Amino acid sequence: MTDARQGLTGLLDTEAIRKDFPILDRTVHDGKKVVYLDSAATSQKPRQVLDALNAYYERHNANVHRGVYTIAEEATALYEGARDKVAAFINAPSRDEVIFTKNASESLNLVANMLGWADEPYRVDRDTEIVTTEMEHHSNIVPWQLLAQRTGAKLKWFGITDDGRLDLSNIDEIITEKTKIVSFTLVSNILGTVNPVEQIIRRAQQVGALVCIDASQAAPHMVLDVQALQADFVAFTGHKMVGPTGIGVLWGRQELLEDLPPFLGGGEMIETVSMHSSTYAPAPHKFEAGTPPIAQAVGLGAAVDYLTSIGMEKIHSHEKAITEYALKRLLEVPDLRIIGPTTAEDRGAAISFTLGDIHPHDVGQVLDEQGVAVRVGHHCARPVCLRYGIPATTRASFYLYSTPAEVDALVDGLEHVRNFFG
Amino acid sequence: MKLDSMYQEVILDHYKHPHGRGLRDGDAEVHHVNPTCGDEITLRVKYDGETIADVSYEGQGCSISQASASVLNELLVGKELSQAQRIQDAFLELMQSKGQLEPDDAMEEVLEDAVAFAGVSKYPARVKCALLSWMAWKDATAKALSEGKTA
Repeated sequence: MTDARQGLTGLLDTEAIRKDFPILDRTVHDGKKVVYLDSAATSQKPRQVLDALNAYYERHNANVHRGVYTIAEEATALYEGARDKVAAFINAPSRDEVIFTKNASESLNLVANMLGWADEPYRVDRDTEIVTTEMEHHSNIVPWQLLAQRTGAKLKWFGITDDGRLDLSNIDEIITEKTKIVSFTLVSNILGTVNPVEQIIRRAQQVGALVCIDASQAAPHMVLDVQALQADFVAFTGHKMVGPTGIGVLWGRQELLEDLPPFLGGGEMIETVSMHSSTYAPAPHKFEAGTPPIAQAVGLGAAVDYLTSIGMEKIHSHEKAITEYALKRLLEVPDLRIIGPTTAEDRGAAISFTLGDIHPHDVGQVLDEQGVAVRVGHHCARPVCLRYGIPATTRASFYLYSTPAEVDALVDGLEHVRNFFG
Repeated sequence: MKLDSMYQEVILDHYKHPHGRGLRDGDAEVHHVNPTCGDEITLRVKYDGETIADVSYEGQGCSISQASASVLNELLVGKELSQAQRIQDAFLELMQSKGQLEPDDAMEEVLEDAVAFAGVSKYPARVKCALLSWMAWKDATAKALSEGKTA
């Protein structure tokens, strides 16, 4: 195993990084160190983020955009400061294009509802089509199914190839003049596949369709530049990128945010309200009804600072090296089948697999006994499991704090699983 | 090791050599899923008057859910409905005990092989796996009764 580890380049100084994450020191089951391999579900949080949450509540807590007193102004500055940080992190042309939501699901639902209630030329109705893919997380399937059911629009799908890539061979038949919106994931949460954005966007632009990208598994792991992507909407969530739960982001192009109608109504999103009617605040506030997740936004700002201080390119290189090593080691395990790309090219750091006939639940249970935390099940992407004729997978996913030794612990654990059920 | 309390020999044996697996003729059929993990079961019941003539099933899932279906088949087929309901109640009580219930002789007599699942009740994520087939049986029985298939 040491032989295999030699030649690994681009790794981060995980010894230093892991000191920032108190939970990684935890033990379970009589002193076994936690090997946390479920960062695709949620990442762990560094002390810097936890401190920012604490400092906010201990020193600056007040509602935002209202009070004229000192701490209210501090709270507003911190909340809006977090927006600036996120805007810079994704290279948004304007901070006003960054809408805070509670998670990526809410961001995607927001887009679907904007389009459902929009006027021409954006309106989705019975004569139009919505396009998504078989590879999506349920959060990028169900909002579009709901929109299709409510409007009568037709929902169309890109399929997946045997080796876990999007099948774009029929792209011109899937995306047509009738298509209003194409929504797809940048990185698959179950297969790990990084999708070819450019090709899809080029076709969407040809027919004048909007493009929404689910970047939940991309924003934590690579440079995310919304201008380079050329999409119309980009959704992601804070808790997968070392931030707290309860905060997500929807980035949208400014002219669209100006044109499209609000979805949730309430305080904060208005300009004037009378009993007769209301007018709305400009974006992003138009889409942020009610008291927002203030502390969580501040925590996300700290998370962005943390990731930026390490460098997204370095994080990406680290994960690529770990993924290469993990694929190599996992393919040595007898009866193990990788579900998704088997090389690290155009691939993220989530690896799904099956192990002979042993059900993933049983795999996960025996791994847990050894302190190894993996996700088992269909990963909120049931169509993918159906596509490959499997009930579920075991998924190991890596992040900036993951080490080659943790890959070894997983592989050793799988040997134990095979013995247990052999 | 703690794992052995969940994966009792009896359970692993039922998992590897399931009783009564496969779908056969029945009075009612249900399909149940465990949405958190994707375990699925299709289950049919056949009644002969008040007697359970057959419980047949097909499905996919972990060792716990599959073994549980096998134990159910072994335990319930040939029993009177009222007695089967008592067994179901006892199994439910055991599975909801969070590992706090030490099965006594009376419970062991009712549950037979199913007492081996006592250890599973300590693992909240797995209780649903153990109960999947039992809930399906209950549902299928209600369906058969409402359709007047039993006397």
